[in-house]
Amino acid sequence: MRLYIDDLREGLLIAFAAIRANKMRSVLTAIGIFIGILSVTLMGTAIEGLNRAFNKSIAAIGADVLYVQKWPWGGGGDWWLIRNRKDIKIEHARAIQRQAELVRGVSPVTGTSRNVKYERKIIENAVIVGTNDEFVETSNVNVALGRFMTAMEVSGGRPVCVLGSEIAEGLFPNESPMGKSVKVGGYPYRVLGVLEKQGSFLGIQSLDNRVYVPINRFFKEFKSFRGGGIEVWVKAASLESLEETKEEIRGILRKVRRVSPKQPDDFAINQQDIFIQAFNQIGAVVAGFGLFITGLSLFVGGIGIMNIMFVSVTERTREIGVRKAIGAPRRSILIQFLIEAAALSLIGGLLGVIVAFPLTLVIDNVLPTAMPINVVAIALFVSVLVGIISGFLPAFRASRMDPVDALRYE
Amino acid sequence: MNDGTHAMSILIRLQNIKKMYQMGSEEVHALRGLNVEIKKNEYVAIMGPSGSGKSTLMNIIGCLDTPSSGMYELNGTNVSDMNDNQLARVRNKEIGFVFQTFNLLARSDVLHNVELPLIYGGVGGGERKRLARESIARVGLTDRAHHKPNELSGGQRQRVAIARALVTHPSILLADEPTGNLDSKTGDEIMGLFDVLHKEGNTIIIVTHEEEIAAHAHRRIRIRDGHIEHDEPVTDRRIIHHDIAASA
Ligand SMILES: Nc1ncnc2c1ncn2[C@@H]1O[C@H](COP(=O)(O)OP(=O)(O)OP(=O)(O)O)[C@@H](O)[C@H]1O
Ligand SMILES: [Mg+2]
Repeated sequence: MRLYIDDLREGLLIAFAAIRANKMRSVLTAIGIFIGILSVTLMGTAIEGLNRAFNKSIAAIGADVLYVQKWPWGGGGDWWLIRNRKDIKIEHARAIQRQAELVRGVSPVTGTSRNVKYERKIIENAVIVGTNDEFVETSNVNVALGRFMTAMEVSGGRPVCVLGSEIAEGLFPNESPMGKSVKVGGYPYRVLGVLEKQGSFLGIQSLDNRVYVPINRFFKEFKSFRGGGIEVWVKAASLESLEETKEEIRGILRKVRRVSPKQPDDFAINQQDIFIQAFNQIGAVVAGFGLFITGLSLFVGGIGIMNIMFVSVTERTREIGVRKAIGAPRRSILIQFLIEAAALSLIGGLLGVIVAFPLTLVIDNVLPTAMPINVVAIALFVSVLVGIISGFLPAFRASRMDPVDALRYE
Repeated sequence: MNDGTHAMSILIRLQNIKKMYQMGSEEVHALRGLNVEIKKNEYVAIMGPSGSGKSTLMNIIGCLDTPSSGMYELNGTNVSDMNDNQLARVRNKEIGFVFQTFNLLARSDVLHNVELPLIYGGVGGGERKRLARESIARVGLTDRAHHKPNELSGGQRQRVAIARALVTHPSILLADEPTGNLDSKTGDEIMGLFDVLHKEGNTIIIVTHEEEIAAHAHRRIRIRDGHIEHDEPVTDRRIIHHDIAASA
């Protein structure tokens, strides 16, 4: 035991002396490992970010919510057939509202983009969402300030709105937006409240960059993205009864849309699991790509380390001879060079982690995340492992050197 | 009984030692059947022309190399057919090497160089430092303990090498032309140190070309072409009365 500890300590001392003596060479050698560890760390961080975004933006909306839409999530089906489906209309939402029993909330949802103005401040191409009072239920958003629209305001098509947090911050940096009149696409709307910050998903669609208005008003003043089409968000009575709710809604819709029994549905009832699958696919692509880059650069880095270790062993043939002459067993020589290779590789790994850190802060801007500590630990472990594996052959050769030959080496 | 004590005091027993190198199709016979016995506390000079086999013999005695045939008994143990790791252990415990070119580790200071055999011998931290400092003191370099080899003179480097050789209290001190890279005055100092070490009870074997160096020894073995030509006591001994501490 004592011997091993001293071997390790001696190995470390020599390794760092050797690396210090060949700084440039060592750093160049470590570049491959550096890139590998950089990519594995960034990838880990990105995946962590995807997970967080997923949990925050998607799970927050609720796994117990069904989305009645023309298009099924995750693709599939005949594009032309789907394209030619009748739009989902507000009547369909009303039918569900009237007939469905296994539901806690039903919101027709539609949207477009318009500029939003308050005094001199303007936010261009904000998403304007037309919906009803039950949206608080179906979207799981919380109101941070003020209140959401009421059923009365929705049915009366009142010119009132609720702002997403980003819009509120943008238009009202220094004052309360409550009760102020903003111009949405040129029409005046009174601000009822502000929603809690939701965060963005994948940096593509920010849920905070939205203005919510009564859907009846929406139809008067705007035209939705997809002609007259809307979608309907339905919150199930419970997560457990989600499938039954889905069947109930299916029946209602088939009836109001007059789908004959032999025909397939001419609408899609989407739910989170499809999104989860799509999400997992994105995660798998990111992971696969990252692993490929990582594997490749670690492989190249490993070869570089092996190469430089052969050089190091040859350069220090005499030293190996001396150590053997004074009684170093093969094991000690082997350990010494393995440690040197591992240390070289670890330098690359540490640099990778150090450089990755500020880059993860950049990622954090797009995709809220943090460098997971286990990824750091794995990255450093992997770099040591690569060093040991690629240092093995040179170290083995050193350990088997004949002491007399080694001492005679010029 | 008498025989027993005699056998006990024999440190090195070489019987019909041969060493042959294969150079392509050609066989080089470096040693052609040597018989030598060396007792404890002997002081032996091995001489002979270049290529006669002196270093080969030293390497075998020092367990750096194994003979092609013959028997080598060190301290009553047959070492001629030990494996690599066993030989490493014997070298660590029983042998102290001093080389012509010093062979110190350039990146380590004096203390660490001297500690090294103890590290491989498994001697723990505190004890190791103590033994190393003691050994450094014996060669008069206490105030240089934290210098790197390139900050020392040739003579001082060779002293460090001697301290390293002595630190494990080995049975034999082997020196292959230890003064070969030193000027004659420094060489004399080193030889003076060997004389003192011999007086303190060490067994010393030195390879040298120079009669003057050989004159320090008590016994001279002359080798020619892989054979022992002469093996005789030294009559014209040269003794330097040397004060180690003063010369440091
Ligand atoms: N590894 C080897 N391969 C082949 N031949 C060798 C090898 N080592 C030594 N020899 C040969 O063995 C013979 C003895 O060599 P050795 O080194 O023992 O001579 P030496 O007496 O020490 O000479 P010098 O005084 O020049 O150091 C020489 O002929 C040498 O060429
Ligand atoms: Mg020689």
